[in-house]
Amino acid sequence: MGPTLDFSVVFDAMPLLLWGCLGTLGLAVAGIALALVIGVLGVVTRGSAMAPVRIATIAFIEIIRNTPFLVQIFFLFFALPGLGLKLNPTVTAIIALGVNGGAYAIEIIRGGVQSIPRGQTEAGLALGLHPAQVFRLIILKPALRAIYPALTGQFIMLTLTSSICSSVAAYELTSVAQRIESDTFRSFEVYFTITGLYLAMSWLLMSGFALISRRNFSYPTR
Amino acid sequence: MSHAQGEAPLIHMEGVEKWYGAFQALTNINLSVRRGEKIVLCGPSGSGKSTLIRCINHLEGYQKGRIVVDGTVLSNSMKAIDAVRSEVGMVFQSFNLFPHLTILQNCTLAPMRVRKADRATAEATARRYLDRVRILDQADKYPAQLSGGQQQRVAIARALCMEPKVMLFDEPTSALDPEMVKEVLDTMVGLAADGMTMICVTHEMGFARQVADRVIFMAKGEIIEEAAPETFFSAPQHQRTREFLGQILQGH
Ligand SMILES: Nc1ncnc2c1ncn2[C@@H]1O[C@H](COP(=O)(O)OP(=O)(O)OP(=O)(O)O)[C@@H](O)[C@H]1O
Ligand SMILES: [Mg+2]
Repeated sequence: MGPTLDFSVVFDAMPLLLWGCLGTLGLAVAGIALALVIGVLGVVTRGSAMAPVRIATIAFIEIIRNTPFLVQIFFLFFALPGLGLKLNPTVTAIIALGVNGGAYAIEIIRGGVQSIPRGQTEAGLALGLHPAQVFRLIILKPALRAIYPALTGQFIMLTLTSSICSSVAAYELTSVAQRIESDTFRSFEVYFTITGLYLAMSWLLMSGFALISRRNFSYPTR
Repeated sequence: MSHAQGEAPLIHMEGVEKWYGAFQALTNINLSVRRGEKIVLCGPSGSGKSTLIRCINHLEGYQKGRIVVDGTVLSNSMKAIDAVRSEVGMVFQSFNLFPHLTILQNCTLAPMRVRKADRATAEATARRYLDRVRILDQADKYPAQLSGGQQQRVAIARALCMEPKVMLFDEPTSALDPEMVKEVLDTMVGLAADGMTMICVTHEMGFARQVADRVIFMAKGEIIEEAAPETFFSAPQHQRTREFLGQILQGH
């Protein structure tokens, strides 16, 4: 006799799971916002004329991209309190996701910035705009458009990585699922269901990204 | 310059030298441009024409000599550079319109951000200059929706919106299909007729004959010869100039 499936536990727990989804989406949106800020600022510091600033940025990118996310979040959650900085799980999760995603975002956005012809900067400077204005008003939007698929792909990745934040008991879908599973022992039903929920959240975010793209990046190019 | 007496030149370059690393791109450049004067700058590829005009608004720095624009000594100070750039308009070979902004927004960006003009004033000015380059009906389109000639006329209007005292043109018609060259040259002729001070890097010798007060010939980073167009074309003094004119005029 094979195992029987009983999805009733999942239906009973659906409100909890949906709250978990909300937790995941919350972490994702906050993490993406932080990653975007770090990504854009990092492009500026990565190209700074001041060597220490530039080198610090490169070091940051190298460290984050060459160490495991789980170690990074443990470092924030368990190691920093030793230095007197104690963060709650949600804040830890957002910072970890934002910092990790930000390191990748810097390199992606930098690729976009470098793809913008030099003449755009020169035209801006010749009109009397300052370098910072040229970056913000002239370069940034076309640069983001150029790398938008890669950047949003990275942000989907960030969203899925949020499940690792269950390891510091951040409130999100995977930790909710773990709790239901340990109460009911219905592993297959629970993880099968949250697989579908993660898929749905990815699609939701992708449609959000598509909407942002239509709003901002639909100007014609040759 | 007898007729410039009593009035300081708008642009004054004195012993200007520029290097790219070990390569000397400009050697002992001396050039004065009076208010309202039109200069055509020509010479073989790599002779330093672009470098020379790009020094005037400090898109390129220079290592020796002095450049004074409308009384401001162009140094490395941000303040001097700002002051000069807000008086000097520039038009590029590749148009360099901002693709994510409409034609109108291309024209209002710098006046609003640099001159701190309010939107209504900036838009009124923009419409006036877009009308002047006969492209006002395209104001709400994006650059990619315009032809090359139209884009270049917008680029001219965009520069004019800052109400510059001098306009620099770096081969403004070289990237255009032949049938669009005339509309851009006509715009430039109109600008010249209105009294704008202009320095144009161009090989359009018809334009030079029609509007230039002086034609300057450069080779290997130096000014070799300068003369009024009649003299320049009919009786060039230097062998290098004659060779260059031979090549240029052959194609016409
Ligand atoms: N950024 C740079 N770094 C190194 N060398 C440069 C740079 N820009 C220009 N040069 C060199 O300086 C010289 C003058 O260049 P410039 O662009 O001023 O010539 P040009 O007269 O405008 O030529 P063209 O007619 O091809 O536009 C050339 O030999 C060029 O290779
Ligand atoms: Mg050139």
